Amino acid sequence: MKTLKEAKPGETVVVARVHGKGALRRRIMDMGITKGTQLFIRKIAPLGDPVEINVRGYELSIRKVEAESIELV
Amino acid sequence: MLKIALAGNPNCGKTTLFNDLTGSSQYVGNWPGVTVEKKEGKLKGRKDIVITDLPGIYSLSPYTLEEVVSRNYLLNDHPDAIINLIDGTNLERNLYLTTQIIELGIPVVLAINMMDVVKKNGDRINVQQLEKAFGCPVVQTSAVKGVGSKEAAFKAIELAKKGKVLVPKPIFSKPVEDTLETISASISKQVDPTRLRWYAIKYFERDEKVLAAHPLPDDRLENVETTIREVEDRMEDDGESIITNERYEYIEQIVRHSVHRFEKKLTISDRIDRVVTNRFLSLPIFIAMIWFVYYVSVTTLGSIVTDWTNDTLFGTWVTEGATHLLNSIGTADWLNGLIVDGIIGGVGTVLGFVPQMMILFFFLSLLEDSGYMARVAFIMDRLFRRFGLSGKSFIPILISSGCGVPGIMATRTIENDHDRRMTIMLTTFIPCGAKMVIITMFVATFFHHSSWVAPTMYLLGIAMIAFSGIILKKTKMFAGEPAPFVMELPAYHLPSLKGVLIHMWERSKHFIVKAGTIIFIACGLIWFLSSFGWNLRMVEDVDHSILAGLGNTISWVFAPLGFGSWKGTVATISALVAKENAIGTLAVLNGVADEENTRAVIAGIGSMFTGVSALSFMLFNLFNPPCFAAIGATSREMGGIKWTMIALGYQVLLGYALGFVTYQLGSVLFLGHSFGFGAVLALVIIGIAIYLLVRPVPAANKMILDRGQHAGA
Repeated sequence: MKTLKEAKPGETVVVARVHGKGALRRRIMDMGITKGTQLFIRKIAPLGDPVEINVRGYELSIRKVEAESIELV
Repeated sequence: MLKIALAGNPNCGKTTLFNDLTGSSQYVGNWPGVTVEKKEGKLKGRKDIVITDLPGIYSLSPYTLEEVVSRNYLLNDHPDAIINLIDGTNLERNLYLTTQIIELGIPVVLAINMMDVVKKNGDRINVQQLEKAFGCPVVQTSAVKGVGSKEAAFKAIELAKKGKVLVPKPIFSKPVEDTLETISASISKQVDPTRLRWYAIKYFERDEKVLAAHPLPDDRLENVETTIREVEDRMEDDGESIITNERYEYIEQIVRHSVHRFEKKLTISDRIDRVVTNRFLSLPIFIAMIWFVYYVSVTTLGSIVTDWTNDTLFGTWVTEGATHLLNSIGTADWLNGLIVDGIIGGVGTVLGFVPQMMILFFFLSLLEDSGYMARVAFIMDRLFRRFGLSGKSFIPILISSGCGVPGIMATRTIENDHDRRMTIMLTTFIPCGAKMVIITMFVATFFHHSSWVAPTMYLLGIAMIAFSGIILKKTKMFAGEPAPFVMELPAYHLPSLKGVLIHMWERSKHFIVKAGTIIFIACGLIWFLSSFGWNLRMVEDVDHSILAGLGNTISWVFAPLGFGSWKGTVATISALVAKENAIGTLAVLNGVADEENTRAVIAGIGSMFTGVSALSFMLFNLFNPPCFAAIGATSREMGGIKWTMIALGYQVLLGYALGFVTYQLGSVLFLGHSFGFGAVLALVIIGIAIYLLVRPVPAANKMILDRGQHAGA
C-alpha cells in the first residue's frame, strides 16, 4: 500500500482512500482530500516534516504521520 | 430586528466584509482562525439589522471548537439569513461548506469574494450556473475594495423579510438519497421539521453531538442503523466518508460547468514561498526577521521614542506643566502629590512605553497579515512537536509577545484539548509588551543597557516553554495523541496599510485603555497607601505608611528570592493587576516627580536591589502567573476551575523556583555569600528539574501515548 508519506516532492498522485478515524480523518476529508482527488507534492519543510501539498488549487500543510493514513492509487 | 450571520472559510475576507458593512474596525488577519469569537455589529445606517461575524470554518463537523461554536449559533440562535462568503480563487473547498450551510433551513446568499483577484487571474465564474446549482442568490464582491458588500447585505435582508426557507436539492447519489429518505421518516418526530434533511444527514454520518441531543428509541435506531449499514457495505465505505466524498463530487461537477480557469503560470505567491520556505534559507530568514523586528522595536527606534516620551514628554513637559498649573490654582499639597507623583508618575512611566509597543505591534501585524505566520508554523512544527506542542502553538506564542490575552484566545485554533491547554499554560512565558517594560527598566538600571539581556529573556521564555512541554507531556494529564496538523497555507498578499494600522491600533488600544483605567486606579491607590499612615495622616517617611505595613506582613514569602522588602512585595502584587504596574509602582514608591524621570526611577530601583536580586525579581515577575486580564482569559479558555488552578499553580511554582535558584546560587557565586541551606535546596531543585526532563515516560502513561498515536495514525 503506497501512502502519501512515501510520495516525493514534484510528484502528482491520486488518493485511493483515507484511513484512520474520528476528528483527524474527518479533517483531512473536509479539507478536500477525498477518494480520487489529485494531489501535487510541493515540498517538505526544512526540518523534514511537515509536507506541503497542493490540493484542489490551494496549499495545505500536513504531517508525515497524518500523510501515512492517506492511501494512494 | 433582523439577524444576519456571516459564515465562510478562514481567510476568505469575512472580517473585511464585516468591517465594511458595520463600519467597525475589527481586526483582520491572514492566518487560519483569526476570528476566534463571534462578533456583532449593526449594519451601517440600519440600526435594526445586526450582523454576526462567525469564526472561519471549513466544515460544520462536530470536532473543532470553532466549528461547534458556529454550528450551535446557526442552529440555536436562529439568524434570519446567512451570507456565505466564498473565496472566488478557491471555489472547490469553499463551496464544500456551502453544501452544508444550505441544509440548515435558513435563507442563504452566496457572496463570491476576491472577484478582483479572480478577474486579474483571467478566470471567469458563471454566476447563473451557481445560482441554479444551489438555489440561492449569488453576489460578486470584492470586500477589500468595498465592492458588492451592500448588495450582498440587501439581498440577505430581502430574503430574511420574505422568510422563505431554502429547500436543499438532492446532491447525493441515488442509494444515499434513498437512505436519507428512510432516515427522515424515522426521525421526523424527534427533530425540527424544517431541518429534517440536515438531521437525516447527521444521523447518516453518525454525528455524536446530534445523536446525543436527539436520541432515538431503540427499535427505530436499529432500523436506521440497518439501512445505513446496507449502503455502507455496498459502497465499501463509512457514512461520514460517503457524505464527504459525494459533496466534493457534486462540487467538482458544478465547478466544471461554471468556472473557466485561465492557464496558470507560477504566481507571485508561489515565487515568494520558494524562497521563504526554502530548505536552506527558511530558518535563517525566519531568525533574521524576528531579530530585525525586535532590534528595531526594542533597541534602536523603540528606545529612542521611549526615552523621548519618558524623559521629555512625561518627565519634563507634563510634570512641569501640571505642577505649574496646580500651583497657580493653589491646590492642596496632598492633591498635588496625588496628581504629580501618583498619577503622572505611575501612568506616565507606563504610557512612555506605548510608542515602542506600537512599533512592535506594527511589525507583528505586518507579518501576520501578509500570510507569513502560517509559514512560520509550517517551518517550526517539527521543532515544537518535540516539546509536545505543534507548529500551531507558535502562533499564540508569537502573539503573546505582544499581549498574552489575544495569545491565549488564539489557542482556539488548536483542535487537540491537551495541546490547547498546554499552550494556554505556557504561552505567557514569552515576555509580553508589558513585561518588556519591566525588562527594559531593569536592563537600564542593572545591566548598563547591555543588548543581550532582553533577547536572553525571550530565549529563556522559549526554553521554559520547551522544558515545560517536555516534562508535562510525560505526565498523565497531558499524555495522549498528538494534535493533527492539517493546515491551510493561505496565499501571500501585500497587507493593506489601513489593515495593518487597524490591527496595530486594536492591540495598542487595549494597552492604553488599561493604562488609563486599571493602572490609573492602581497608581492612585498605591500612592494613597504609601503616602498615608494607619492614622490616615500623610507620612514623611514611606516606611511608616499603610503600604509598608501591609507589604511587611507578607514580604517573608519573597525573602528567599532576595526581594523581601515591602517595596518589592508590593510591586510584585501590583504586577498581577497589570505587569507594567511593577514599574509604575516602583516609580511611585520612589517618589518620582523629578525633572529627570527615568533617572530617578533607576536610582530608586537601584537602591532596592542588588544585581542578583534584580534578576531574581525580574524572573519571578516574568514567569509567575500573568496579569489578571490574562488569568481571566486563561480561566475562560480552560473552561473550568480545575485546569485554571493547574495552570496558575504551575506558573507560580516555575516562577518561584527560577527566582529562588537564581538568587540563592547567584549570591554564592557573585556576592560571596556562604554556601548554605538555600544553595543546597537550589541544587536539589535543579536536580529534580533535570530528572523530570530526562526520565523515561512512565509505563502507564506510555500506554496511553501509544494507543493515542495508534488511533491518530
